[in-house]
Amino acid sequence: MYEIRLHSRGGQGGVTAAKLMAIASFRDGKYATAAPFYGAERRGAPIVSFIRIDDKPIKIYSQIHNPDLVVVLDPSILDLVHVFEGLKPDGKVLINAPGVPEKAKGYNVQFVDLTSIALKTNLVVAGSPILNTPVIGALAKMGLFSRESASAAIEEMFSDERNLKAALMAYEELI
Amino acid sequence: MLTLSTGNNAVAAAVRQADPAVVAAYPITPQTEIVEQIANYVTNGSLKSKYIPVESEHSAMAACIGASITGVRTFTATSSHGLLYMQEMVNWAAGARLPIVMANVNRALGPGWNVWAEHSDALQARDTGWLQVYVATVQEAYDATLMAFRIAEDRRVYLPVMVNLDGFALSHISQQLEESPVGDFIPPLVLDHAIDTQAPAGYGCMTSSSDYFRIRYDIERSMRDSVQVIRETEEAFAKTFGREYSWCEEYRCEDAEVLILAMGTLGKESEVAVDILRDEGVKAGSMRVRWIRPFPELDLKDRELVVIDRNYSFGFGGILASSIRAKTGRECFNVIAGLGGQEVTYHDIAGFVKNRRIGEEMWFGVDA
Amino acid sequence: MTDKRVQILMSEISASEYICKCTSACAGCSSSLILRHVLKAAGRDTVLVVPACCTSVLQGVWPNTAFNIPVYNVAFAAAAAVASGMAAAFESMGKDTNVIAYAGDGGTVDIGIQALSGALERDTNFLYICYDNEAYGNTGMQRSGSTPLGARTTTTPGGKTHAKKDLDRIVAAHHLPYMATACSAYPQDLIKKVQKALSIRGPKFMHILAPCPPGWRYDASQTIEVGKLAVKTGIWAMYEREYDTLTLSGPTKAALIKPAPLEDYLKVQGRFSGMNEETIKAIRGEMERNLRLLKAEAEGTC
Repeated sequence: MYEIRLHSRGGQGGVTAAKLMAIASFRDGKYATAAPFYGAERRGAPIVSFIRIDDKPIKIYSQIHNPDLVVVLDPSILDLVHVFEGLKPDGKVLINAPGVPEKAKGYNVQFVDLTSIALKTNLVVAGSPILNTPVIGALAKMGLFSRESASAAIEEMFSDERNLKAALMAYEELI
Repeated sequence: MLTLSTGNNAVAAAVRQADPAVVAAYPITPQTEIVEQIANYVTNGSLKSKYIPVESEHSAMAACIGASITGVRTFTATSSHGLLYMQEMVNWAAGARLPIVMANVNRALGPGWNVWAEHSDALQARDTGWLQVYVATVQEAYDATLMAFRIAEDRRVYLPVMVNLDGFALSHISQQLEESPVGDFIPPLVLDHAIDTQAPAGYGCMTSSSDYFRIRYDIERSMRDSVQVIRETEEAFAKTFGREYSWCEEYRCEDAEVLILAMGTLGKESEVAVDILRDEGVKAGSMRVRWIRPFPELDLKDRELVVIDRNYSFGFGGILASSIRAKTGRECFNVIAGLGGQEVTYHDIAGFVKNRRIGEEMWFGVDA
Repeated sequence: MTDKRVQILMSEISASEYICKCTSACAGCSSSLILRHVLKAAGRDTVLVVPACCTSVLQGVWPNTAFNIPVYNVAFAAAAAVASGMAAAFESMGKDTNVIAYAGDGGTVDIGIQALSGALERDTNFLYICYDNEAYGNTGMQRSGSTPLGARTTTTPGGKTHAKKDLDRIVAAHHLPYMATACSAYPQDLIKKVQKALSIRGPKFMHILAPCPPGWRYDASQTIEVGKLAVKTGIWAMYEREYDTLTLSGPTKAALIKPAPLEDYLKVQGRFSGMNEETIKAIRGEMERNLRLLKAEAEGTC
């Protein structure tokens, strides 16, 4: 089983990103669950989603304490939440950033500037850049699921082609 | 058609298949997505129901009762405080012998306000005459909702059915769902006592002390007959859709020496605990209890029992454990865990088994 | 009829803060703004009775609270009934403590209306404040009876097809000593009205418009603007009623003379996007009817 913990802020689409990850895995023929963790969250407050991917049915409903991968959609969360808590020794990190933030140094970090990709592809709604579809592209590049399944998942949920465009950009720009 | 769906959306999808004439519901966290999805279906025309956005849960059940007695299929959904607010009418629905199906998203009771999973809400309605089933996966939420209509509407039953799913732990998580088209699995509803202006009758009128108990006995008689109906429906479901369900879901019980009994998602996560225990040489098995009304015959044999109750009856004990004790005379190690969404992992569950003290009650997080 | 246009000077408003700067409110939340001013007007000798609503969550999570005033959280339907019991109890003790029920539109207009009507009919000595964000905000923006015609909510995805329930005339039918409408964008007017209410014995009611950024779908920075537009267009009328005497508030008098275009209010909110002409016409018609009736009542000609 592969366990991913995704950190975002309420309103950034973290819950949808988790669903997209599950759909993409599922299109790859795997079993997957996506579970947002709802605290007393409000728009803008940090939230967490748990994604599990496995070759057999997943029977775990409790929180992920030792993730294989930590995804951070909003780097400002690093100042508020210890996002690396419990990360496996060989665990990976994916951050939406133009470089490796100071607080993430020492971890096995990959990064991609999802915010700038969203702005470049004009993937902006009500003033906020959309991060949940582009991050799927980056995750596909990391090998979480196939590029085809990632594209299929995005197209399944979103008709606006900017979403797929941004995801493909993120796939290319991941470092 | 295989998709990814949340527990709530799976319930809504099943309701769309069942095609009730009237849905009357009031939003309450964590049930809201069921109501919203149904509103979407009605707005986009894929569900032809009349959707009544009532002003309270008491009115939701009252409206369902008014609709149901005309002989049409009805549905509602609620949770915790909403269920308790409609309690008088919940009781009424069973007494009125109406095949209403209700999804209840199990949630803790305030004060303090807590929106996470607990079974105390639905268990407060266990004496009302409603049938109650507890599901643990998104697929099961869909399947149980479909079966609920067929069971409730069977002439031998004519009792309402509550489908319970854990708040947030199941309602809001995404898992695989096979959205099987219902076809003719649910026959059209024929309600023998429906209102008929050609053959007028009075409903629920004054009833004297020499007659009332007969009407209540009639509920019990149907509850007993429902055992056969549930069995037949689950068998027919397996034949039609290829997915099997029964009173409990058993996992590695055949040669088990100790059983874990629980309801809802904890009952499913118990299976992971079983695998860990087996690797450590403990012959554990999991028996996830699905139906609690009618209460099933449990095949306990002589194994030791660890019963996890995500509920409590103050001054008495965990309700599942007490029910098992009452029905079978068997003692168990009763763990009270998961109240208000308290986190319980498969490691914790394995620990309950390894450290069991038969005959005792342990409040997880307090006693250990 | 005495002149009620008493100006509250900013310097006269209490400097005490009863809400700490750490609530769980959304950015641009009008309700927390309203409550801040209500409590400044009410002072320390006050208990809030709060049913399930956004305010239940704003206080924060046990064991902390962001409110420096006793808050009694109660079940959704029960605010006015609980307040009724509490008021009777304080009275029995000879205490003058303000009992203020502070509820959203859902807990007032829908599930809470029975308790409210009963409490008003029984001359309960309390102030009931309904802050109205025109939907069930706390559970994710489902429709309430107070959702306006045409507005999109999660349970009216195609726009609400029923009119906004006329809560104020329902309350007025109970013939109470004081009721008023107000808006979060006019805090001095709000404070004045709360102080006036609390100086009167008996049942008092205030209906306060609370524009809601996530629910009405506008940028949080616009929250005062949207409130002002509601009043300036006339769609939200501000007034006071003391038994049968109606007095229109200044901003509403101005709106009657020179209203801002209704479109200005509608177009800034995502919940009204895509409305057809017929619906806009119906909304305008309702608004004009309400203003006409209020005007006639104020003039004593109805």
